[in-house]
Amino acid sequence: MSLNMQPVTVNIGPHHPSTHGVFRMKVTFDGENIVDVEPVIGYLHRGTEKLAEERNYTQIITLTDRLDYVASMTNNQAYVLSCEKLVGLDVPDRGMYLRVIAAELQRVASHLIGIGFFLQDLGAFGTPLMYCFRERERILDLFEMLCGARITVSYMRIGGVFQDAPVDFWPALRRFMGDIPSYIDELDALISTNEIVLARTKGVSPLTGEQCINASITGPILRASGVEWDLRKSAPYDVYDRVAFDVVTLPDGDNYARYAVRLAEMRQSLRIIEQCVAQIEPGPVRATTNMLFRPPAGEAYVPIEAPKGELGFYIVSDGTVSPFRCKIRGPSFVNLTLLKEMMVGYKLADGIVSLGSLDFNVGEVDR
Amino acid sequence: MTTAVLGTDLAGALRQRFPDVVIDADDIAVWVTPESVSDVCAYLKADPDHQYDLLNLLSAVDYVEYFEVVYHMTSISRNASAVVKTRSYGRNEPTVASVSGVWRGAHLHEREAYDLMGVSFFGHPDLRRILLWEGFEGHPLRRDYLEPPLPYKWPHGG
Repeated sequence: MSLNMQPVTVNIGPHHPSTHGVFRMKVTFDGENIVDVEPVIGYLHRGTEKLAEERNYTQIITLTDRLDYVASMTNNQAYVLSCEKLVGLDVPDRGMYLRVIAAELQRVASHLIGIGFFLQDLGAFGTPLMYCFRERERILDLFEMLCGARITVSYMRIGGVFQDAPVDFWPALRRFMGDIPSYIDELDALISTNEIVLARTKGVSPLTGEQCINASITGPILRASGVEWDLRKSAPYDVYDRVAFDVVTLPDGDNYARYAVRLAEMRQSLRIIEQCVAQIEPGPVRATTNMLFRPPAGEAYVPIEAPKGELGFYIVSDGTVSPFRCKIRGPSFVNLTLLKEMMVGYKLADGIVSLGSLDFNVGEVDR
Repeated sequence: MTTAVLGTDLAGALRQRFPDVVIDADDIAVWVTPESVSDVCAYLKADPDHQYDLLNLLSAVDYVEYFEVVYHMTSISRNASAVVKTRSYGRNEPTVASVSGVWRGAHLHEREAYDLMGVSFFGHPDLRRILLWEGFEGHPLRRDYLEPPLPYKWPHGG
């Protein structure tokens, strides 16, 4: 009997716990080494761009919640910023501060999910993920106080936010801000110097800065490859120009660097929230707009720094109550461009970790 | 703050290098011919005065008389952004030169534009449907797309 030495093609997904949703990869193996990868997407395609053409501008906010469903606040923010650019609307200060507080809380929640599932893919089964979910739960409780919803928030409106934060929100936020640094330190101490994590992630699937830029990869993945590019600094929106924070970069570009950048960004987000809480003043939270938002003909694209990278809505208006075209630039979709380059040459177990380190969300990939 | 480069300024620079590709320009964008867009983008990426190394977004828009493909690009070193547009007339097989050889990041965007809008990109290495399945008829984001009636009814339902 002779061994079959032909490369074997295996389907991973669409229903597989390591693919974070309905994402499918056709992987060709030579033994346990990956020689070819082809991502197959579209299993969660809901036609958001087509649906947006049939709804009015305010209704589309609810569609944006369902794109990246672990970062709904930033999806809302990207959409309303583009709409405000269409009419040149000024948002009251308190509305902008509330938006930034909500968006930074969402960034912490999204990075917690990213880190938790990254470690889950690494084989640290259950414990770190549950720790991350424990802290994320507190953030979702804060969102519930802000707008009544936990995941599909629809908190932001064209011209501001849906309503002012309730009185109970501020003490709850203060309690959370008191607790979360120790949680992050705990996660840091558990994971960052763990020998198994280091052995499995250091030097695996490195991406250079030029590779990332050429492939339009943005967000923590780009910063983990040593490129200092953060739209909150380079094109500040809302009140990011009034707060101080550092853009975290690491030179290595490997799986460990992608994890470490996310961990460090959470601390920067907390810094931003603290400054916003100190600066926010009473006032209106929403500019007065027409009940039926009807922008003049034109177009707008305002990219923002979502937790996973550059997110933007290219909206073309023809002067009616619904957009003529609403193209969504989802960072998760574009960040998958180099998946093949990242996985080929490594073992299956490392390839799965590289996929986890991209921290993509299928709701945004398929739209 | 990222500087948004005016389309008219960009058109002036492009006219010197490519005499007959610029069709029109306004404050936002510059329009070029569909077959020259890959050369124009390669120039904008490589030229030291421009250095647009990051392609933010490639989107196709159906204006019924023509299809417009929009390229949003950013220069990270100069912190500047620019918009290039191109128009392709005719509804059967609108064709635009592919920029996936210029920016690797255009690869998935062009497949998506082909899938949902039916714009072909010549020079693309792997132009297939991406979000919808092989065998799907039509391109749903076109203005004249009609949802086909269901070919069957659920056996036990309405």
